[in-house]
Amino acid sequence: MSIIIDRRLNSGKKSTVNRQRFLRRYKNTIKESVQEQINNRSITDMEHGTDITIPRKDVSEPVFHHGDDGQRQRVHPGNKEFHSGDRFKRPEGGEGQGSGEGEASNQGSGIDDFVFQINRDEFLQYLFEDLELPNLIKKELMNSTEYSLKRAGFTTAGSPDRLNVIRSLRAAHARRIALSGKERLAIRELKRELRELEVQPDQDNKEKEEQLRVQIAELNKKLRRLPFIDDFDLRFNSLVKVPQPSSKAVMICVMDVSGSMTREIKDIAKRFFLLLYLFLERNYEATEVVFIRHHTEARECNEHDFFYARETGGTIVSSALVLASQIIQDRYPPSKWNVYIAQASDGDNWDSDNKLCHDAITQKILPLVQYFAYVEIANRHQNLWHTYKDIEKNYSEQFSQQQIHDQSGIYPVFRRLFEKKVE
Amino acid sequence: MTRQYLSTGSEWTFELLDTYDRAIGQLAEKFELDTYPNQIEVINSEQMIDAYASVGMPLMYHHWSFGKKFLTNQQSYQRGRMGLAYEIVINSNPCIAYLMEENTMTMQALVIAHACYGHNSFFKGNYLFRQWTNADSIVDYLLFARNYIYQCEEKYGVDAVEELLDACHALMNQGVNRYMRPSAISAEMEKNQAREREEYIQRNINDLWRTVPTRKEDPAKVRKRFPAEPEENILYFVEKNAPLLKTWQRELIRIVRKIAQYFYPQRQTQVMNEGWASFWHFTLMHQLYREGLINEGYILEFLHSHSSVVFQPDFDDPRYSGINPYTLGFNIFRDIRRICEHPTQEDKVWFPDIAGSDWLKTLHHAMAQYKDESFILQFLSPKVMRDMRLFCIDDDDRQSFLEVSAIHDETGYRALRESLSNQYNLGNLEPNIQVYDVDVRGDRSLTLIHTMHKGQNLHSDTAMEILKHLHLLWGFDVKLNSVNSKGEIEHSYCTSETKSVA
Repeated sequence: MSIIIDRRLNSGKKSTVNRQRFLRRYKNTIKESVQEQINNRSITDMEHGTDITIPRKDVSEPVFHHGDDGQRQRVHPGNKEFHSGDRFKRPEGGEGQGSGEGEASNQGSGIDDFVFQINRDEFLQYLFEDLELPNLIKKELMNSTEYSLKRAGFTTAGSPDRLNVIRSLRAAHARRIALSGKERLAIRELKRELRELEVQPDQDNKEKEEQLRVQIAELNKKLRRLPFIDDFDLRFNSLVKVPQPSSKAVMICVMDVSGSMTREIKDIAKRFFLLLYLFLERNYEATEVVFIRHHTEARECNEHDFFYARETGGTIVSSALVLASQIIQDRYPPSKWNVYIAQASDGDNWDSDNKLCHDAITQKILPLVQYFAYVEIANRHQNLWHTYKDIEKNYSEQFSQQQIHDQSGIYPVFRRLFEKKVE
Repeated sequence: MTRQYLSTGSEWTFELLDTYDRAIGQLAEKFELDTYPNQIEVINSEQMIDAYASVGMPLMYHHWSFGKKFLTNQQSYQRGRMGLAYEIVINSNPCIAYLMEENTMTMQALVIAHACYGHNSFFKGNYLFRQWTNADSIVDYLLFARNYIYQCEEKYGVDAVEELLDACHALMNQGVNRYMRPSAISAEMEKNQAREREEYIQRNINDLWRTVPTRKEDPAKVRKRFPAEPEENILYFVEKNAPLLKTWQRELIRIVRKIAQYFYPQRQTQVMNEGWASFWHFTLMHQLYREGLINEGYILEFLHSHSSVVFQPDFDDPRYSGINPYTLGFNIFRDIRRICEHPTQEDKVWFPDIAGSDWLKTLHHAMAQYKDESFILQFLSPKVMRDMRLFCIDDDDRQSFLEVSAIHDETGYRALRESLSNQYNLGNLEPNIQVYDVDVRGDRSLTLIHTMHKGQNLHSDTAMEILKHLHLLWGFDVKLNSVNSKGEIEHSYCTSETKSVA
């Protein structure tokens, strides 16, 4: 007799642990693969999972098996024109080879790489592992305006929307029991008396019985007059305000879109910011991003314009820095926000503007922000780099600059800027 | 005959599965198929891929290599490069068979006949399975193994366990007893014994490695080898004798060894097992049709699936990847029936003892008493060789050419049959490697001997890899000598040197 079982509703995720073990074992290889891919992907294509390729020999599990030499015989089906004693040259790729070697390909074209897929989350996880926003601190404020509501038991007074029905009815029930004790006791007494009378054979108790029934009915009426629910019974959920330390962060992205920025440089800058954006989006729930693009004058824009719109013109970097500090003061007071600035440029600037930039950063911006990261996309250091060099020397905690030569440099530079610092 | 069809549509339901199972079961009984009770489980494709990854077992310990298999299968399945099996069946009692939900009713019937009555009766009847595996306790044992390994991971860390399992897996094929029969014990006893073994083993090993000499040794005396006789089961030897292993490590080796042993009969009876199951799904489905239980549509769909299962591409076909065990086994079993029922003059010469005998009895005998190697040697008939147009190629690395040594003709039948039988002899396919000696009084190095078969060397890269794994288990240097037929050492591998010495 057979038993038939429907297993389809069982979870089909039996291999999850084994898959994780595999990913764990090849973590470094996968990371390398992910980093390679990030350079080759188009800007719009950061949001997908990916194929990971690992050389097959790295994942092989060895078993003892024979090499190719020695004498062997093999039987094959489908003879067409052979006769015993026929001889012919040994074919390339070895038809005579054993097929007893499991996964070894005997199709002639070997499979060299082990390919599998990871999903978007895993992809981003490998991408951004060990990265963090530097100097991110919880801004605990004496005059904090951030509160969260927390449950704190029950009260007898409150607004109707916080009414706790179960607690209220429970209280009402208790009150009714407490207040009706005397009557219910009396009713029980009377009922017992009545039953005794009813079972007695005498007929002359009729009147007494009737009297008892009236008494019971009266008491019941009295009981029914007890209110089912009273103001007195109402219970309300009590919520109290708890001050919240704020760890909100805002990232201000500043990009040069002037004429000197060639398409290629802009592309690199965009990739850098996109990486940054993905990183923030993934790691910090309450992170806001502000986009500022500038040529001779700076303008705040939305994400789409920042990445995709075109503009040309000369370059005045300080315009963007001033706008940034303006925005910080207006909207992101440092008492409540962790502020970060990332700037990308080809390093070109009006010579006379460099001094202004230096002052803007050291005086207006650095006091307000947690961290300022600058990437220069150029092969040779430009004048802005030298200006910033001084700042980096004096404010090494808060300011960092890196140079990107070409596309393959984006990710390493990104990592260097946001590497988790071991204390 | 006015019997009703069991069903006519292609959709299956649980009631129909039950109906078909009963009908097929009744027929199977008529054919004297003795089976374990069946446990038919309907699963979806995702679960099927899971089952693939854990070698079909319902539960298995965790290891990255299963994850690798899972990823490979998932990838090829999603890319449409691989179809999934219609079923997986497990040698257990009750016999668990997985059916895919995508199958049509016809396919489900085929699969029930194939797995639940074909394979199932093979598991119960074949002598190798009866001797070597314990269908009653395998699921319990796997549960024990998984829990034990899980506990080890908690106690000693995932990495330590993984490293050890890697080493054991590399030696899995060398972890089976080929000739000595283990006694069957239950999972409960297994657990108790595991505890008892702890002390016992540790005590014994200390004894073996005692360094204080009890009496003056005569240096002239010929040193005795340890082990006295070469040991083919390397994992067993290591488990019992490695000096530095902890008890849990010994237990892990034992688990891998046990599982390898459980699968060993399956590797020795692939042709027979699949041939037997295919023969019975073919016979049972035809019987259903003959009795008017299924209609023409069903039998046509069945024949279509059946012929793709037993499809054998020719050697020059791009799809060719060796002989299809389903085809070979099916053809031989079918031919045995033919020889019994309608023997020709040739059959009477070749098979005097079975020509004209009762086919059912002969078939059951063939299933129960043979493994692939002996089965082919005994029952591969000239007709099957002719039908499959088999031919044998000699490949000798000392010659610059290949030679056709035998084809399907009068002079070639016996040679052909013998080489095909050899092709399924695991003893020839796998390198013969045995534990030869341990330098007990010296550096404790372990020496293995590879007895070369027909001048075939080991694949040297993997050999070195495995020696490293064995080194981890043994704790001291490991040597491996390949010895040719003249008794000379052709190759020597050693873990203490980086390169193998030619």
